[in-house]
Amino acid sequence: MQQPLAPAQRDAVLRVVAANRSRPGALIEILHAVQAELGFIPAAAVPVLAEELNLSRAEVHGVVTFYHYFRHTPPGRQIVRVCQAESCQAMGAEALTEHVKQRLGVDFHETTADGQFTLEPVYCLGNCACSPAVMKDEEICGRVTPHRFDELLAQWRRKS
Amino acid sequence: MSIDIYVPRDSGALSLGAEATAQAIAKEAQARSLEVRVIRNGSRGMYWLEPLVEVVTPMGRVAYGPVQASDVPGLFDAAFHTGGKHALAHGVTDELPFLKTQQRLTFERVGVTDPVSVADYVAHGGYQGLKQSLKMTQAEVVQAITDSGLRGRGGAAFPTGIKWKTVLDQKAAQKYVTCNADEGDSGTFADRMLMEGDPLMLVEGMTIAGLAVGATQGYIYLRCEYPHAFKVLNEAIAAAYQTRYLGADVMGSGRRFDLEVRLGAGAYICGEETSMLESLEGKRGEVRVRPPLPAIKGLFGQPTIVNNVITLASVPVVLARGATFYRDFGTGKSRGTLPIQLAGNIKHGGLVERAFGLTLKELLYDYGGGSATGRPLRAVQVGGPLGAYIPASQFDVAVDYEALSGIGALLGHGGIVAFDDTVDMAKMARYALEFCAVESCGKCTPCRIGSTRGVEVMDRIIQGVETERNVRLLEDLCETMLQGSLCGLGGMTPFPVTSALKHFSEDFRSRSRDH
Repeated sequence: MQQPLAPAQRDAVLRVVAANRSRPGALIEILHAVQAELGFIPAAAVPVLAEELNLSRAEVHGVVTFYHYFRHTPPGRQIVRVCQAESCQAMGAEALTEHVKQRLGVDFHETTADGQFTLEPVYCLGNCACSPAVMKDEEICGRVTPHRFDELLAQWRRKS
Repeated sequence: MSIDIYVPRDSGALSLGAEATAQAIAKEAQARSLEVRVIRNGSRGMYWLEPLVEVVTPMGRVAYGPVQASDVPGLFDAAFHTGGKHALAHGVTDELPFLKTQQRLTFERVGVTDPVSVADYVAHGGYQGLKQSLKMTQAEVVQAITDSGLRGRGGAAFPTGIKWKTVLDQKAAQKYVTCNADEGDSGTFADRMLMEGDPLMLVEGMTIAGLAVGATQGYIYLRCEYPHAFKVLNEAIAAAYQTRYLGADVMGSGRRFDLEVRLGAGAYICGEETSMLESLEGKRGEVRVRPPLPAIKGLFGQPTIVNNVITLASVPVVLARGATFYRDFGTGKSRGTLPIQLAGNIKHGGLVERAFGLTLKELLYDYGGGSATGRPLRAVQVGGPLGAYIPASQFDVAVDYEALSGIGALLGHGGIVAFDDTVDMAKMARYALEFCAVESCGKCTPCRIGSTRGVEVMDRIIQGVETERNVRLLEDLCETMLQGSLCGLGGMTPFPVTSALKHFSEDFRSRSRDH
């Protein structure tokens, strides 16, 4: 069963739609804004968006599910992305990824039991001269060795 | 007297601690009652020295790097704010061999100026191109671009002037200029560096394009993995509006051009131009069947220029200094300069802008300094995840469109990823197919299904199961993807796979358990 939208969530979705309705081709911009407000795109937001934007549910669902960035479930409080692309592989991304998974105790697309971190793969952060690269929310980190990751992780835990 | 100190706000520099360094400099200066102005510039593209701090002195800008926050008190003790000697000092930045030998046209101001200051941009030659173009007819501007020999720097290398002329020749109430800033290829970061380091050059290039073809609206389609570029671009666009370089009356010409940044949402395929247009329209980023070309029927069905960041950022130079000036760089059909990105396992990673014609060897060893690990380089991948792997025996090849295509490789967006001799090329071939499977838009079968089957075949080869049979199957599958895919993703994924197989056959065959 699909969870209905909480009133606050519904208000947020409608607010975002109102602010962007007049922009041409605005659906992706709207989805970005919904995710920024709610942390993810709840399934129950799809019919609301469809109705408001005069699109079919299938169209909205199709867009939400096409793009890797849009989440269908709530993330942890911080999102850690580890680059998997060639340049980072050339500098040890595979071993780093194993280390990160082991340290956080989760696989890709999973959230730690305490709700602190969600781990995601990413395919290039454009930081290829400083590989391997990791991004935590919008904080980008270069030349991340397993040791440096542990230091960063300690900082992130302290901050939250 | 106030001292100017530059600390980059480029993502690469930030990823190595530039923010803390900038704060430490401001704090330390205050504690020592020194009047210091910290300016946040782009990166000079010497990433092994980032965070690279530059101090303005009577001798010129003096470089210190890599500077961590903890180095700052010691630097002040050594009077680095007046260019003092220190273990991290490298002398005058412009005299560093890595920079001095470059021919920077597109990256002339990157790392030099404050990226979001229109005044700084203009003081360093900015908006001269737009000024020139306003004295010319639309057809003359398009002709100048054609004469310059500029080709699309995103990878397809299509002559830019021809594209613009097609859009100019269309009759339509609304036309668009779109910038493809979905720089998703591993090993490439020139677009990001430019957008973070000199975004106004892109803004100017798009404005010239818009006025030249009669488009009043521009969109920059930026990948969401670049949050810092998003901020800098928006600051630069706001500054351009404020100073009337954008809006209803561009430079007092009475002509309108509006510009907006739109964020992608993590789909590699949206770097394909028709898929990007679908995404800009708010739809799934599925590729369109061509024809019609975007120049005739593009965004919202209207005539549309789609150009890469570096292509559009090269436009102001062409107009400001003339088509001949630009054309005189380069060789054959590869005219102008190319920003090359050195990445992966390389000692001196960064950005090298030179006229076309340098060899891979010069780039990897003279600029790059060899591998970061100190081991021999075994292979490089040029042109992103769809580019071929090139073995060390072919490092003499010139890095231009024709020479690379002559050895079955491609230049793409000019990114070079280096690998040392520990690389397992069968795994890299598997990765190419896996990447295609993750990023396929799903519209055509060879790409959608072929990539998944390819991963399975590679898994069997890696396990050493029926090697020769599976290698034949892999070759057959690659041929099908090459011939039958709708766009470059499925159609070019075979390049890294078959080049790895061709040049590094031992990595595939030595695991065989067949007897």
